[in-house]
Amino acid sequence: MSAVVTPGSVQTAEHSQSHRPDPNYLTHTKGFLSWALTLDHKRIGLMYLVGILTSFLLGGILALLLRAELFFPGEQMFSNDGYNQLFTLHGAVMVFLFIIPSVPAALGNFLVPVMLGAKDVAFPRLNLSSFYLWLAGTAFFLVALFSTGLDTGWTFYTPYSTLTQGPVVAATMGVFILGFSSIFTGLNFIVTINTMRPPGMTWFRMPLFLWATYATSIIQVLATPVLGITVLLLAAERVLKIGIFDPAYNGDPVAFQHFFWFYSHPAVYIMILPAMGIISELMSVHSHKAIFGYRMIAYSSVAIALFGFLVWGHHMFTSGMAEVTTIIFSALTFTVSIPSAIKVFNWLFTMYQGTVSMVTPMCYALAFLFLFTIGGLTGLFLGSLSTDRHLHDTYFVVAHFHYVMMGGTLIAFLGGLFHWWPKMIGKMYNELGGQISALVVFIGFNLTFLPQFVMGSRGMPRRYAQYDKEFEFLHQLSTVGAFVLGMGLFIAAGVLLSSLFRGRKAPANPWGGDTLEWHCESPPPFYNFLRPPVVKDPYDYSRLVYDNRVGGYVERPEDRASGSHK
Amino acid sequence: MIQPWLLADEPASFWFPEQASTFAPEVDFFFHAVLWICIVFFTLIVAGMIYFVWKFRQRPGYQGSPEALHNNTLEITWTVIPTLIVVWIFVRGVYGYLDMMSPPTETYDIEVKATQWNWSFKYPNGALSNDLHIPINKPIKLIMRSEDVIHSLFIPAFRCKTDIVPGRLNTMWFQAIKEGSFDLYCTEYCGTKHSLMQAMTVVQSQEQFDAWLAEASKPPEDPIEWGKWLYERQGCKGCHSIDGSLVVGPSFKGSFGTSMDMSDGQKVTMDEQYIRNSILNPQSQARVNFAAKINQMNSYAGKLKEEEISALTAFIKSLK
Amino acid sequence: MSATELDASHNHSHGHDDHGHDHDHPAWLAHHFDDAEQQFDSGKLGIWLFLITEVLFFSGMFCAYAMYRSLHPEIWTFSSQFLNETLGAINTGVLLFSSLTMAWAVRCAMLGQNRGVVACTGMTIACAAIFLGVKAVEYSHKIDLGLLPAGFYVPQVAHPEHHEGLSKWLIYFMIVPGLLLVVLTAWYGQAVATANAVQKQIAGPLSVSALCFFLGVGLGLYLESGEAAEHGDKAHAAAADSHDAAHAEGDHAHEEAHASDAAHEPKDAATPAATESASTDSHADASHAADNEIISPDVNKPNAAGLFFSIYYCMTGVHAIHIIAGILVLTWVLVKAAQGQFHSEYFGPVDYVGLYWHLVDFIWIYLFPLLYLIT
Repeated sequence: MSAVVTPGSVQTAEHSQSHRPDPNYLTHTKGFLSWALTLDHKRIGLMYLVGILTSFLLGGILALLLRAELFFPGEQMFSNDGYNQLFTLHGAVMVFLFIIPSVPAALGNFLVPVMLGAKDVAFPRLNLSSFYLWLAGTAFFLVALFSTGLDTGWTFYTPYSTLTQGPVVAATMGVFILGFSSIFTGLNFIVTINTMRPPGMTWFRMPLFLWATYATSIIQVLATPVLGITVLLLAAERVLKIGIFDPAYNGDPVAFQHFFWFYSHPAVYIMILPAMGIISELMSVHSHKAIFGYRMIAYSSVAIALFGFLVWGHHMFTSGMAEVTTIIFSALTFTVSIPSAIKVFNWLFTMYQGTVSMVTPMCYALAFLFLFTIGGLTGLFLGSLSTDRHLHDTYFVVAHFHYVMMGGTLIAFLGGLFHWWPKMIGKMYNELGGQISALVVFIGFNLTFLPQFVMGSRGMPRRYAQYDKEFEFLHQLSTVGAFVLGMGLFIAAGVLLSSLFRGRKAPANPWGGDTLEWHCESPPPFYNFLRPPVVKDPYDYSRLVYDNRVGGYVERPEDRASGSHK
Repeated sequence: MIQPWLLADEPASFWFPEQASTFAPEVDFFFHAVLWICIVFFTLIVAGMIYFVWKFRQRPGYQGSPEALHNNTLEITWTVIPTLIVVWIFVRGVYGYLDMMSPPTETYDIEVKATQWNWSFKYPNGALSNDLHIPINKPIKLIMRSEDVIHSLFIPAFRCKTDIVPGRLNTMWFQAIKEGSFDLYCTEYCGTKHSLMQAMTVVQSQEQFDAWLAEASKPPEDPIEWGKWLYERQGCKGCHSIDGSLVVGPSFKGSFGTSMDMSDGQKVTMDEQYIRNSILNPQSQARVNFAAKINQMNSYAGKLKEEEISALTAFIKSLK
Repeated sequence: MSATELDASHNHSHGHDDHGHDHDHPAWLAHHFDDAEQQFDSGKLGIWLFLITEVLFFSGMFCAYAMYRSLHPEIWTFSSQFLNETLGAINTGVLLFSSLTMAWAVRCAMLGQNRGVVACTGMTIACAAIFLGVKAVEYSHKIDLGLLPAGFYVPQVAHPEHHEGLSKWLIYFMIVPGLLLVVLTAWYGQAVATANAVQKQIAGPLSVSALCFFLGVGLGLYLESGEAAEHGDKAHAAAADSHDAAHAEGDHAHEEAHASDAAHEPKDAATPAATESASTDSHADASHAADNEIISPDVNKPNAAGLFFSIYYCMTGVHAIHIIAGILVLTWVLVKAAQGQFHSEYFGPVDYVGLYWHLVDFIWIYLFPLLYLIT
């Protein structure tokens, strides 16, 4: 294959130009239906992105309302019931509508086939139906929101959820439907990665984001059905009074917790694993150096996915499980910490002797490293049994999982969004604005959640609408932090949105990445690849140089001339 | 009424409230040990991060050398060292946990009943209270049950908590080492007033506690109050309501002085004699609507003194 | 391959994909697959993964079954007497036969014998309809006896009501199949009238299947009434036993019974007053209780036995929903086969639906002994 643009291909380009002025996936067809009925994974990914960010906005506003209410100890804007409904909706919206689908469904849908070198996911119709299932599930949730009565907490613990008034059945149906959306996405990715790899794309030439997505998809497929049956049984418990979680009928409320956490703990890894995949990409690309310990990171993703299934019991250390069970779950819980630690060290050493450019995505990646380390380390206090007796169900837990889910997943998601935004939208954003947003988010985040660790170990229980005077100062710090964090996120949104109108056109490869998506134009054409692309080591940056004329990276002229691909 | 949080205990250290039980020193020591391990690792990681970002930053004239791609020694080191540390944390945590799960054979048992949104503590002599009173330096075992949803009893100063699950009897033990009042929270979300489901833990010397207990178990002087007190403690409340609703037996509300149809066809007026007879010999007279259930009531002969029966009668009389 | 070149080839692709695409891709091969093998492998892996999710979905209920059966084995032996083993066995046989016809349909599809696929899937759907018909009789019978999930469980087996004519529940169950029968028969008639061969091939088997539902209902009713004497006696005896037991216990231990009644039925005696007494009276029990003990309610209490029926309805109900879903996808295969779409290079859908159908049968193979055959 010759290197320079041949007259033939130019001609073809012009030819196509005359038919289709702008042949990328955003513009190759127009009209509402061309989006609503699209089978293109990139468009579906983009629609998910819009939906997910809208959910995040909603969940974020709920969070700010919660923090505002907690600024003073007593009852402020909301009644106790109002507060309970707020935190339920905040949790449910953030978990089910935002974090779980965030990376896999939005970024994953866009990236997986392109990174893999495939034209689309294996089942494009299934992919579109996942999106509509997500919409339908969201609709059920919004019913719960506007009928303002769901106050079970996002965990739906029985028997409270079977006794309370309110649209529990609507919400559980929403979860059920969202579960199927998630299952279909996961199933699609597993099949895509297994069968649609082009020649040369061996397992160990896959970018680590794909490894992480693959591991995530396995969890989605294996764990989500159990959530499905759990919420179905809960709905049956309410409607048909089957009583299996009700002690009055010989049922056991703790059984519900086992069922629920059998899904919802692996779900934590559904949230964090793809985020880890993003960080692997970001660290490598922006250090302009191959990822350190590729295989260790790949294996640790799979290890986390597998261990993640064995640790659900640590949510029930105080529920009165048998002692032996409790101890075994504690031991298993610690096994998950090791692969996570391995990943952190490998990311750190990826920068070693690299060429680190502190662009916005890298700022977010470093923030992730900082916050995720705190989130992971504080897990040790909760995994060990004697300290958990004290810390369980306090703000310490709240802070811990916000550091992991938000400091981990959300920050990585933002990093990924800034990283692939030029690819998805075809516009560059304001770099300084992006860096400022990362800094403000970082400061606001720590200000919000560090005080919560202290509150928690001092004994502040979670889900309290009113609290004791002695916690007032820490709560106020946290509330101020939350608003700083909110401001940071608005800056980030502003930076991205303004790029739509004022950003310069993005080059094919603005950061110097070498995975396949950077070989497409920005934004990619409708068919990602006509012929299966030639696949090489995804982290070999030696052939790329920065070219001022395009404002991005191109292959070295000598490589281009020889046409060799190593 | 005094709001409980006005009496709340201030934190005794940066991380923790006072150490008021035998568990507290162990938990605090362990917490701080893990904390320092975390701080060391965290500092190493963040210092490394900042150093690498600075040292290998992109700048004119600097070219990274992308050879360092893996290093088995490093990989093994940062797998093995955290593993060993984590094993230590796990084992230490299990020891602390087993202490918390193994009460001594001789304990002072208090029954806890959690309802939305109240605590009720019942002492071996039948005294009831809404705050937990315990003697110092004595192992206490709480036997806990919930009548509605899941609750969780948490005393931060004691560093322990246990869920209270309907359908199960969960237990928890501790030994207080410090006198004073400490917060007691519900930490499992239980509905509207979850955040108000608080009580105080009052740790007293044995003498003070005994005095309090005697006072708490002493019946009121006023006969009607005394009758109510007996009504709540002698099991009447289980079957006879005082608000007109039907539980098992007839409600006491507005019943005194009314005429009733008996199962043998007679009409009887409810008076002092009828009440006394019903308490001492319930099966001798059954109302027509309750004939099938009359066997469920046991005689209180020998269990209640005459003056107690009078007090109960006075109480029933007062329910207009 | 250089970046520029890749770009160039993309442009190239856009110049071509409208026409170039159709030439080398037959209609049955989706555009994003390279060849038939890749498409088939993807579908096969996809359906296996889906089946794994189905297994896990049911495994939740199997776990619940195992947990509560091990906690309360006596409820299981007591309650399963009310299930009719003959009907269960017949349904098992029907489903096993339908698996055979399904496997045969796959073979026909591989050989490109579309008429064979039509016949075999038709038979499979008919078997599914018989299964549902029998199930409808079983459900309506149990509903009439008050053998319902725990919260509604009010058994009247000791004094079974003698119904004149059909149970109203059975009539409800028959509405949709009845309508379908009418519509499909009419549609078949139209096909015959217009001599539309494809429509005839579709409507014929479907009308027969709708009829088969009523065959199943008839079979169920016949066996239920034929066995009524024996079955009823057995149930009557069992119920009487349980009453005696409850009564005897109440007699000789009514002091405890008094307390435990209130303690074990917070639903029935939900006032705070009752529970207060419960905790008072059971104080002795409570203080002797081992750590974290599960409070075990009275076995013979009606609401305790209802737990079995809760799980029975959940498991068989979700299974029945899967049968109905199976009928829908089988119908889709039937339509495709009637249109003659399958051949040796394209038979994936039959294969995938077949695998799904085998799984649904397989789950029933477990449900039958676990629910019906407990002694």
